[in-house]
Amino acid sequence: MPTPRTYNTQGIVIKDMELGDADRIVTVYTPDRGKLRAVAKGARRIKSRKGGQLQPLTEVRISIVIGSTLDSITEVETVNSNRGLREDLGLLSQAIYVAELVDGFTADGAVNPREYELLSNILVALQVVEDTEQLMRYCEVQLLAMAGFGPEFGQCVECGIDLGPRDHLLSCVAGGLVGPECKASTGDPLIHLSMNSIKVLRFFQDVGWDQAQNLPLTGEIKSELKRVLAAYLAYVLDREPRSAGFVTQVAAMGKTDSGGPLGSTST
Amino acid sequence: MTSRGYKAADPVTKLVEELHKLPGIGPKSAQRLAYYLIRIPDGQSMELADAIAAVKQRIILCSCCANITDIDPCDIWGDTARDQTRICVVEEPLDVPTLERTGAFNGLYHVLHGVIAPMKGIGPDDLQIGGLLERLKGSAVEEVVLATNPNVEGEATSMFIHNLISPLGIRVTRPARGLPVGGDIEFADEVTLGRALEGRQEF
Repeated sequence: MPTPRTYNTQGIVIKDMELGDADRIVTVYTPDRGKLRAVAKGARRIKSRKGGQLQPLTEVRISIVIGSTLDSITEVETVNSNRGLREDLGLLSQAIYVAELVDGFTADGAVNPREYELLSNILVALQVVEDTEQLMRYCEVQLLAMAGFGPEFGQCVECGIDLGPRDHLLSCVAGGLVGPECKASTGDPLIHLSMNSIKVLRFFQDVGWDQAQNLPLTGEIKSELKRVLAAYLAYVLDREPRSAGFVTQVAAMGKTDSGGPLGSTST
Repeated sequence: MTSRGYKAADPVTKLVEELHKLPGIGPKSAQRLAYYLIRIPDGQSMELADAIAAVKQRIILCSCCANITDIDPCDIWGDTARDQTRICVVEEPLDVPTLERTGAFNGLYHVLHGVIAPMKGIGPDDLQIGGLLERLKGSAVEEVVLATNPNVEGEATSMFIHNLISPLGIRVTRPARGLPVGGDIEFADEVTLGRALEGRQEF
């Protein structure tokens, strides 16, 4: 029996780029086929039915025809446009950051339905939660764990001894905490991590957002988590996420513009 | 059978290579254009070469609006008959003639030369935003129309500029989102149709 030349799937558009005069290549993250790239022909034309629905951060059902080099999207139906994200620059910048992380952590075709569910839930949660900064840190920890890069917080990554409840040092290269006896042998710059931050990171790794959002965090812990996770992510991805600078820039605008549309942003 | 390894004359190969670098020109089209240029009279091909050279030598960015021009300020900013109290912000120089063809806007323009694309590493500092703010401060401008493309990057750019302009007390607007003339409602996507209904007007 010949292989079918078309298939239907559902996914979230995480990236797009222009192709030729009027086409667009979109990267869609799906639960059943992982990350896929396909051409949306004519999507940049003003009368295109596909263009509006294939914007990044939109959850869509799509019909795809398999091509020799790139697949083509023939039909699109919006499941959730996540419109709230597009009407607030602070939320939009953070949603783009999440999409970039998902793109960076996944290889083409690697299937991970849990990661899809996380992405979908995070994009929805961004539009309703008050503390988006806590959501971003939770998202970073979860994405690292799902991609297999979750840092080890229970034992020393060098010698395997159990680490007690106190401040420790994190090695990005070794992928976790190192005990006091091993800190000299790692050879890479170690990051100091307070006991409370370690507890929060372990908690974020183990629970869903419904529990994680109720954990009260001090400003000190938040800024430590942000700094440590940024360094760890930059090491794993081999570069700082490109949109991270924009998130910071927009957040700084929000702080000087109190009561404006960025009031909800606290990153 | 092995190929004899035919290779065109060096100047032809060079021309094909250069044409192939142009957007939308594939290797076959580049070859066809190169052989066409070889066939046409000398005068015609020299006119093309001169036109390309002149564009690179004479074209500058207008110091007022950053549009591409050969005189500074450009024709639009130098035209006192235009409405000096309205500025339309666009992404690319190509958007200016497109909006001018509508005949619906008689104000001035400002060209950003790009759009904020965080995932591609293009931030606000890479665009011509500073010049716009300088021009607005203490000016007689009453309205800024943010006519960026209605996609995620265009919206992000518009919101960013809106946040910068807001403290100046200038009215900020953007073109309506809605149905294209001549289209069928049946084929409109949900996002566009939703915006069109929200922005409905008295008949």
